[in-house]
Amino acid sequence: MGIAAMIGSPIKRREDPRLITGQATYVDDIKLHGMLHMAVLRSPYGHARIKGINTEPARQHPGVRAVYTAADLKGVVGPVAIAVPLGHIEKGMGVHGPLAEGKVRFYGDPVAVVIADDPYTARDAVDLIEVDYEPLPAVVDVEKAMQPGAPLLYEEFGTNVAFSLNPPSDEMDRIFEQTKADGGVVVKARLVNQRLAPVPMETRGVVADFRKSDRTLTVWAGSQNPHLLRDILCGLVGLPQHQVHVIVPEVGGGFGSKIDVYPEEMIASFATMKLGRPIKWIEDRSESLAVATHGRDQIDYIEVAATKEGRVTGLKVHGISDLGAYCQLFTDVIMIAFGFPVSCGAYDIPVHLSGDIVFTNKAPTDAYRGAGRPEATYVAERAMDLVARELGKDPAEIRKINFIKPEQFPYKSSAGAVYDSGNYLPALEKAMQIIGYEQLRAEQAQKRAEGKLMGIGISSYIEICGFGPKGSAPVGLYESARVRVEQTGTVMVYTGSSPHGQGGETTFSQIVADEFGIPIENVMVLHGDTDSTPEGRGTYGSRTTAVGGSAVYNATQRLKEKMKQIAAHMLEASPDDVTLEDGKFSVKGAPQKAVSFADVAAAANLSNTLPPGIEPGLETTVFFEPEACVFPFGTHICAVEIDKDTGEARITRYVAVDDCGRQINPLLVEGQIHGGLAQGIGQAMCEGVVYGEDGQLLTATLMDYAVPIAKELPTYELDSTVTPTPVNPLGVKGVGEAGTIGSTPAVANAVADALGVAHVDMPFTAEKLWQIIHQQQ
Amino acid sequence: MTMKREITVTVNGQQYHSEVEPRTLLVHYLRDMLDLTGTHIGCNTSQCGACVVMLNGEAVKSCTVLAVQADGGEVTTIEGLAPEGGLHPIQEAFWEKHGLQCGFCTPGMIMASYQLLKRNPNPSEAEIRKGLEGNICRCTGYQNIVRAVQDAAERMRTGAAAPVGAGE
Repeated sequence: MGIAAMIGSPIKRREDPRLITGQATYVDDIKLHGMLHMAVLRSPYGHARIKGINTEPARQHPGVRAVYTAADLKGVVGPVAIAVPLGHIEKGMGVHGPLAEGKVRFYGDPVAVVIADDPYTARDAVDLIEVDYEPLPAVVDVEKAMQPGAPLLYEEFGTNVAFSLNPPSDEMDRIFEQTKADGGVVVKARLVNQRLAPVPMETRGVVADFRKSDRTLTVWAGSQNPHLLRDILCGLVGLPQHQVHVIVPEVGGGFGSKIDVYPEEMIASFATMKLGRPIKWIEDRSESLAVATHGRDQIDYIEVAATKEGRVTGLKVHGISDLGAYCQLFTDVIMIAFGFPVSCGAYDIPVHLSGDIVFTNKAPTDAYRGAGRPEATYVAERAMDLVARELGKDPAEIRKINFIKPEQFPYKSSAGAVYDSGNYLPALEKAMQIIGYEQLRAEQAQKRAEGKLMGIGISSYIEICGFGPKGSAPVGLYESARVRVEQTGTVMVYTGSSPHGQGGETTFSQIVADEFGIPIENVMVLHGDTDSTPEGRGTYGSRTTAVGGSAVYNATQRLKEKMKQIAAHMLEASPDDVTLEDGKFSVKGAPQKAVSFADVAAAANLSNTLPPGIEPGLETTVFFEPEACVFPFGTHICAVEIDKDTGEARITRYVAVDDCGRQINPLLVEGQIHGGLAQGIGQAMCEGVVYGEDGQLLTATLMDYAVPIAKELPTYELDSTVTPTPVNPLGVKGVGEAGTIGSTPAVANAVADALGVAHVDMPFTAEKLWQIIHQQQ
Repeated sequence: MTMKREITVTVNGQQYHSEVEPRTLLVHYLRDMLDLTGTHIGCNTSQCGACVVMLNGEAVKSCTVLAVQADGGEVTTIEGLAPEGGLHPIQEAFWEKHGLQCGFCTPGMIMASYQLLKRNPNPSEAEIRKGLEGNICRCTGYQNIVRAVQDAAERMRTGAAAPVGAGE
């Protein structure tokens, strides 16, 4: 009997036993002998000059071992890393050291740190540090920040605008003129993707331990990319790469906010090098809401032209990206590099793109689940609905007219990206069929006749992920896999991917179990430790299975070839006549002549029976670099009802049909979509970082920043189509961010439809909708 | 410095005599003094529920209870939910139904579910969603957590409560 195929099976996860019993180790669970604790003093102002800092009272406090300010780190610890400095950023704008020097530029900006015997003492001592601030006017509205006379974060540059992209628009202008002349329509809108906080349930944290005798630094951190952390950190603290060891233990969520190398990791490393004691820093929730990189915060001015039949002839987008106060790793390129290339969405339409990236007195922004793609998708999906509304046509029909057709793949979009594969119509039709679109429109007509507010919103999204090919980043975004077959036929897999909830240990085990034909229990997948997996790039941008999984797959193929050679020798046959099936190597046509996977593993590792010319051992390392990105897609349809008396919007149905190519584990795929939907719906319905005019953070606890809870979310109805990609040997795309990218526009389209208005900005709070309803009456 | 207080607390069936500052939170006492790090801290305003434990038979948010308030009391944490080497039906159900991803909210979510099912052994979906309003999960979107609680309820109702080996 064969072993049931693992790939495609919705098996439960191998990660879970340690998690459901409370036995997993997260950063705050780590205790080292002699460990000291760090606490951070942060700016209570959005913008202020630092006239002086008196750390003496803190230094004198019992139990305090050290207090550091920017002066202690100057020349010793380098500035916070930036991947691609654009425009003025290349000349120093937005560049900052780990502690504020001369000025603070956002609420929460770190000013000083205390190192003490225990966390309570460290916090007590932070309160004793005296900082003489001279508050300055702050600017938190990105469009105001672009006006002459606005408070300047970097006075020496004379502007808050770091970089602008303004290509000539003659050709697009001609298209718009022609469309109007032919009796078509042009619709304009101002779309806002509000600032969001990532809110992983585990805040950030680090333990840094320096051994003075041989100058080796070990860092435990809740990071999405141990190797990037090692590579960047060693340069910043002046240690060579081989003397820095990063271990990422269990991580309680990241969503992009644990990609960057942050000031606190840099300072903890500095402190352990100075004091020779392990240093632990754990972020509290208010710090996290203030400082862990925020997401989105982009305004798009769009103009879309369409024939009266509904064929879109052109789309103009001017994006304004609010960077916050400083540039961190990807802050300046989220809109331009990740969003712009997919601005035409799933549609065969020409796009003209321009934009500004601007500093304001808010926390730095960076990648947050979707990173640029939700903003681009929001533009494309709102544009389609605006055209439908203007022409009085069904939004599903408008999409069908404009979809990229299957025969057009690989599709070179006018916005830059080359789409690998896609088949958009079946996903839309499936979603319409599942939700019962016709009946739903009829129900809507009925409810409207009764004076009720009901809306239906469609989102036929695509996204770009699986980073990436050469040139997609300053460092190659390949992924590594080191696979060892041990003496008894068990298999160790060391992946450079760094899953933090996605279930990569399970998915990769399934791939290996299938390829070798061995029980999945015989496979162990490890990740996160740069000693055992020396190179890798990490988990973000929906790349773990597409890139990391492909590396694992290729490694199994290499080892299979070597094992065939060895098996052929054992079976006295030619390697070309040997097959591997169900964990046995046998001669084609003579299945009774077989040796087991374990037999071959033993022969390879014990060596004495190996033929000459074959090296002992069964181990290989593969670096897989995809030649292109991959493009998942799908259609979501959402039905909402809005209570006229309270303004409360409620999602009554939510259907998601997603295509992430081949699915290794459908149970995990569903889980990723569920989680993505919650965050995308959260942006639409209730989330939003709010600052006062003076730069005070008003959403500094979970009482004020509304993360959706169970009773606020609908039951999702999921289905899928499968369109494999030719980009990698597994045919997988990515699914980690798709739910978030697809859902926000579906809800936004539904709410606008319910209210019968062209556009409403998110979040759709009861108060906001009530005001609109009230004004309409 | 403040005088420390002596407390006696039974945690997961074991009695501890300890000295704590009056301001020490129960969650810090459990994690830092008793090395029971399964209970997690996810916020600072009692919103998130990652710290839920049972105190004298009731679910509490241990970040909002002082250790001295547990003096003379009984605490059950995630580590004490199941018999040695086994799994509680709720843990089994979360595993089967993929009711967790990063796992950080999970101990608190499981303890809150334990209380929910004690009070309401046959909850509807709406009752589960409402009953878990004190617990935030950022990874799962809640749907599989609801399925897990429904599955756990059925396991416990039909008495299929024999512990399963934790490695299976």
